Amino acid sequence: MRVSEVQQEALTAEKAKWMYQKMVEIRRFEDQVHETFSTGTIPGFVHLYAGEEAVAVGVCSHLDDKDYITSTHRGHGHCIAKGCDLKGMMAEIYGKATGLCKGKGGSMHIADVSKGMLGANGIVGGGFPLATGAGLSAKLRKTGGVAVCFFGDGANNHGTFHEGINQAAIWNLPVIFVAENNGYGESTPFEYASSCKSIADRAAGYNIPGETVDGKDTMAVYEAAQRAVERARNGEGPSLIECVTYRNYGHFEGDAQTYKTSEEREQHLNELDAIIRFREYLLSNNHASEDDLHSIDENVREAVADAVEFAEKSPMPEADQLTTDVYVNYKPGGEE
Amino acid sequence: MARQISFADAINEAIKETMRNDENVILLGEDVAGGADLDHLGDEDAWGGVMGVTKGLVQEFGRDRILDTPIAEAGYVGAAVSAAATGMRPIAELMFNDFIGSCLDEVMNQGAKLRYMFGGHAKIPLVIRTMHGAGFRAAAQHSQTLYGMFTAIPGVKVVVPSTPADAKGLLISAIEDDDMVVFFEDKTLYNVKGEVPEGHYTIPIGKADIKRAGDDLTIVAIGKQVNTALAAAEQLAQKGIEAEVVDPRSLSPLDENTILKSVQKTSRLVIVDEANPRCNAATDISALVADKGFDYLDAPIKMVTAPHSPVPFSPALEDLYLPTPEKILAVVSELIDDESVVTI
Repeated sequence: MRVSEVQQEALTAEKAKWMYQKMVEIRRFEDQVHETFSTGTIPGFVHLYAGEEAVAVGVCSHLDDKDYITSTHRGHGHCIAKGCDLKGMMAEIYGKATGLCKGKGGSMHIADVSKGMLGANGIVGGGFPLATGAGLSAKLRKTGGVAVCFFGDGANNHGTFHEGINQAAIWNLPVIFVAENNGYGESTPFEYASSCKSIADRAAGYNIPGETVDGKDTMAVYEAAQRAVERARNGEGPSLIECVTYRNYGHFEGDAQTYKTSEEREQHLNELDAIIRFREYLLSNNHASEDDLHSIDENVREAVADAVEFAEKSPMPEADQLTTDVYVNYKPGGEE
Repeated sequence: MARQISFADAINEAIKETMRNDENVILLGEDVAGGADLDHLGDEDAWGGVMGVTKGLVQEFGRDRILDTPIAEAGYVGAAVSAAATGMRPIAELMFNDFIGSCLDEVMNQGAKLRYMFGGHAKIPLVIRTMHGAGFRAAAQHSQTLYGMFTAIPGVKVVVPSTPADAKGLLISAIEDDDMVVFFEDKTLYNVKGEVPEGHYTIPIGKADIKRAGDDLTIVAIGKQVNTALAAAEQLAQKGIEAEVVDPRSLSPLDENTILKSVQKTSRLVIVDEANPRCNAATDISALVADKGFDYLDAPIKMVTAPHSPVPFSPALEDLYLPTPEKILAVVSELIDDESVVTI
């Protein structure tokens, strides 16, 4: 069966407003991290998700806490869309004891397993086998859950892409592979690095449905994800969705982005912007009023400001935290 | 006489015991059953593992729990990591430890680190069973002994049994453990028989075992080299030299006390490790004793290891590669002022 033959469920106004809120949360959160990072307050390095909001939110709007996602080094957006706490996330990025991972993971490893968020991941291609295993686990434990693997165009050339998708396909697992093709793996263009016209074309090699959607069109992502998630929940196996998108910032903060043209950036930040377009969609379909959206904007601004204040005021981890959480149970000198 | 079964059968029993007790225990790996999806086989296995160690399990537990995988180690080892993180208790079989090159990221960067990176909000109750060791004429890519690599990685526990009884009790402990354990099985031990208790029993991970008591020197040996050390000890005994043979059984955590107490008693230490000589278990234990037991020593610490070379194919060369009782006796002669030792 083709993915497009699955029945579509209409988007409710309530769901639509939730999606808008999550998209604005991601944008505001990332713009804030961008600003703060430039002051030197945030340790290490960060990879920002701004510009790609439609993908994380369009997909995660079909998931709940029993569903799993694996993420990438550019994981803040996936965390927010999957329901991670903004304060805990911001504190984690600051390396504080109150962070979701007690400051031990940082930007590239934010996780909240209780929300089904199996971690941002510093290894490109790390998510394919993990999502497959989470799908296997959901299937064997009969939870009804699915697993979503978010990955970038860079990862689509990694060996684990093949091993993970092939395994999910032969075992008919409830896994959705979501490519975020933002055009560049670090600074290298997708077209240079990938010997395929689209990532979706590669699905044919695994006998699973693959489709390419405008990843900055929230509803296009929403509908494609709905088809794939329903398919997975019905026991019909994995799907691959390629979302063509764009990152507003560089690969990491500090990237001069000389590989992008000013025209493409201008176009993506304005007429192609996912939030601007989704906002128009909501208004023209009477899912929300200007006032509704304005108040969401204001609430999000406040929530992100609160998250920053929480992170700044939080303590650093105590020294005794250095060697805890390595094992559940470990006696370094052996048993008595 | 008590029941004697092989090292391979002891491992098979350990898996069976734990799978009967806990439905979240699954086994996945290449050809762990074999012949998947073939009508004429049905739920019969074709192989039961390349060495037959997991033979018969699929008949009892079915193909949902005994999962044949593609020959794609990153795919299934990585899947086992997240299955563990999400409520299962998987056993992943890495056919040969040499294949770690194809899935090191899944072990080192994912499985070993998720718990720490997540601030303790995940556990990875995963066992990776893997075959190691030279002496099987399997050449350089199927004969290595790589437990040192894993011992160096925080977040991994490392177990290396030397007897069938230890293998069963330690494997049950490993499967029931809430941390990731890499469990090393020497391929030349599979057919070795020994006394093994029936039913469910555990041996704690991190507890060494004194395989032979003695007062004159300590030989710490790992895996099948325990047998080499015991053979050397027998020859030494004929000369009136009593060697104590200590089997650490796990390298991470390492039972430091048992090793140090033995050296305190004997004042002499030989370590036998068939891994290559640099950065291996022998150098690690040597550093431990140099640091915490220096005053106990009456002589330098000696190591008997493989040379700094890949494992050769030719039987003539492979026999030279491995530690032997004679190599142990040669170093003992440097520690004990008795020329007759070398001429045994």
